[in-house]
Amino acid sequence: MARLPLEGIRIIDLTVIWAGPYATMFLADWGAEVIRVENRQHFQLFTRGVMINPPEELIKERVGYACNKKPGHKPEVAHNTFVIFNAHARNKLSMTANLRTPEGLDIFKRLIKVSDVFVESNSPRVKEHLGITWEVLKEVNPKLIMLSMPGFGDTGPYKYYRALGAHQEGFGGHTYLRGYVDEDPTTTTTVYHTDEVAGISGALAVMMALYKRQRTGEGQYIDMAQVESSIPQMAQGVMDYTMNGRITEKMGNRDYHGAIQGSYRCKDVRGRWVPGVQGEPPQEIVDSWVNITITESDWPAFCRALGNPEWSRDPKFADHLSRLKHHDEMDKHIEQWTRQHDNYEVMHILQREGVPAGVVMDEQDAYADPHLRARGFFNELTHADCGTHLYPGLPFKMSNTPNSLRRPPVRLGEHNEYVYKEVIGVSDEKYQSLKDKGHIGTDYVPQEP
Amino acid sequence: MEEQALSDIKVLDLSWHIAAPYCTKLLADYGADVIKVERPGDGDLTRHMGPFFKDDPHPEKSGLFLHLNTNKKSITLNIKSDWGKKVIKELVQDVDILVESFRPGVMQRLGLDYETLQQINSGLVMTSISNFGQTGPYRDFKASDLIIYGMGGSMNTCGLPDREPTKKALTAVLFSTGSMAALATMLALYAAKTQEVGQHVDFSLFEAQMVSIDRRMSDLLAYAYNNEITPKEDPRDLYAFPYGIQPCADGHWELSGIGALWPGVGKMMGMPELIDDPRFNTIIAQLQPGHREEFYAIFIPWSFEHTKMECVKLGQEAGILCGPLYNMEELLNDPHFQARGFWAEIDHPVTGKLTYPGRPIHAEMMRWVIRRPAPLMGEHNEEIYCGRLGYTREDLIKLKQARII
Repeated sequence: MARLPLEGIRIIDLTVIWAGPYATMFLADWGAEVIRVENRQHFQLFTRGVMINPPEELIKERVGYACNKKPGHKPEVAHNTFVIFNAHARNKLSMTANLRTPEGLDIFKRLIKVSDVFVESNSPRVKEHLGITWEVLKEVNPKLIMLSMPGFGDTGPYKYYRALGAHQEGFGGHTYLRGYVDEDPTTTTTVYHTDEVAGISGALAVMMALYKRQRTGEGQYIDMAQVESSIPQMAQGVMDYTMNGRITEKMGNRDYHGAIQGSYRCKDVRGRWVPGVQGEPPQEIVDSWVNITITESDWPAFCRALGNPEWSRDPKFADHLSRLKHHDEMDKHIEQWTRQHDNYEVMHILQREGVPAGVVMDEQDAYADPHLRARGFFNELTHADCGTHLYPGLPFKMSNTPNSLRRPPVRLGEHNEYVYKEVIGVSDEKYQSLKDKGHIGTDYVPQEP
Repeated sequence: MEEQALSDIKVLDLSWHIAAPYCTKLLADYGADVIKVERPGDGDLTRHMGPFFKDDPHPEKSGLFLHLNTNKKSITLNIKSDWGKKVIKELVQDVDILVESFRPGVMQRLGLDYETLQQINSGLVMTSISNFGQTGPYRDFKASDLIIYGMGGSMNTCGLPDREPTKKALTAVLFSTGSMAALATMLALYAAKTQEVGQHVDFSLFEAQMVSIDRRMSDLLAYAYNNEITPKEDPRDLYAFPYGIQPCADGHWELSGIGALWPGVGKMMGMPELIDDPRFNTIIAQLQPGHREEFYAIFIPWSFEHTKMECVKLGQEAGILCGPLYNMEELLNDPHFQARGFWAEIDHPVTGKLTYPGRPIHAEMMRWVIRRPAPLMGEHNEEIYCGRLGYTREDLIKLKQARII
């Protein structure tokens, strides 16, 4: 059995919000020592929450943005229980230093000197303002790999533009192509694609640079604009414009490549019990949906799965082109059938005949899902402020390196002692003095917004 | 010229459709020598998928195929034939990476499973990309971009509460999972090169979506922490403002001016009196009934007086996070991506020069380079079979007649 691929690689992580931390998550998962450098004097909006010590109303407001609310909300540790942060912060370490002071900057450079990779995802103004640009850091460590992944890159008219995934997705042409065909764009979802892509691409960039470095011994600088990493994923739209001058319009859930496709409502369900999750199961009735894709060759199997209903023999549905022409009418027939079944039932009935179908899985479904359980997808971790839970695990497996989640999501400043004393060799006296000056701690210093 | 990051890497690519070829495209564009194996006759499925150049559905004119297969070499081969299997084993001897995306079990049935191939090449990294992975009850399930997103991603939270959930655009999910497969492959390659150990990567598109950061992972964790399912929600009802997509003079734009960003909103709109307005200046104030309506009664008329790019410029200058809703024409004509040299002009023997999406990652020392356009079907048969493996041209004629290549 082999070691984790990145064992022995140290990564300094100055990433914020979602995409950057997602990039370093992959590297931490596969063995790198990822040290988040965080600043107690500067609460970065959205990274560890929307405000310091948030009031109850805010914590309750939105599930996905929430903190751990059980067994009782503790506002003073909300920055350690913010769900979005805790989703990607596993396997990482955290230290605190105020990089806006010469002393903090010196600590940062000492860290860079003994590290392999530096990843940051701020607006380029931040690294320029702090004086931690590539020109400076390559002198500190000539073998360093530095990945800067701001929204728009290091050059160009929007260099200093600041944007979340939402706004990047708008630039990249994705938002325009999403959502209901018969509704106004203002109804389009607030779940985006670009954070995911930029995070994956950032990790890929680091891996390619590390690969090159083990061959040549050279470090390097990577300028990754998050928007640019996602534009190649809109290829059909780009190419139709450059080849045919056509502007692609949104299609809802329909298939760009011409299969019959949709999301169909099934029998409503009541909350199911999930082992391993604390508390009572939710009991409210929820809607449930199944996605079905029917290519031309799937049609006979689809009809067979439904027991060859009368409507399927209508000449309107005799060939694929005609079916596409009467897609709306077909959807009604399909939904009449799916409404009579549980969505898992529909999936199994269709898949048994070889027709592509899948439930629209909610979180409860996912935790109970037999496939994810059989593959050991969820891993248990115990977090000091949140307790013991099952966390979403690793998305892929390597045969010679079995792997699972090792450390719980990192709390602010949790590894100050280790990083200061063992990684950069600060004395006990100096450590105390840095603590007195506010660099070192495990909470945020109250500050003006 | 600066060497590319993966210039010394050889890849045997048995993959097809979208996700897995995007994985090998990323490797090829950063320097890897990729041999793409296509089935004789039809070739890769994407050769028959649009959009097509001048709307002519010809296997060398698919914009999707042309984009997904830059820098690759194409050979045709029936890998089910005895000779086909023999050739795969010969090619495996000399590659670092093999990527395949057949249904689980196919490689075993062909006698080309990882255990067998590892005996030929002990340091081989083999990446098997499938819908649901090589094991588990859904192993043989069929899927599509929509189905992978619905099962793996956070589709259940996308859309209006009383309507069907909505997918991402085009086949975005197949692309992002393909890029994660490239990451998995690079991690395994790094292990292979630093520890002299081969790896079989079991890559599941479904699980790749299960960890998608926006927002499946945090929704899952929110459920584990609080036992609550994240519902679909109307984006117009979000707790704080201004947030989300807004109409303007020439279309739509999107902004976030919530929380600590609030003072920038008054600045952006040229209405400094808003900055300290007690109805709006804290999140708690914004949550009070009626305040949202009062704000948008001021904001929407302002937005309608400006074009999307005027709004974005004013917003960015005031520190507001924002962007326009671009269509493809606006994206292609945007000065920023042009100034950065993002777009690639690629010449191809059948379509001539066209503009393609360019590099996802820009780095001077591991450059993204188009060395050759997407290959014609079987374009490199002679180069690979005769040049690399030592077969004669007469052999190729016989194999062609037997429909093996």
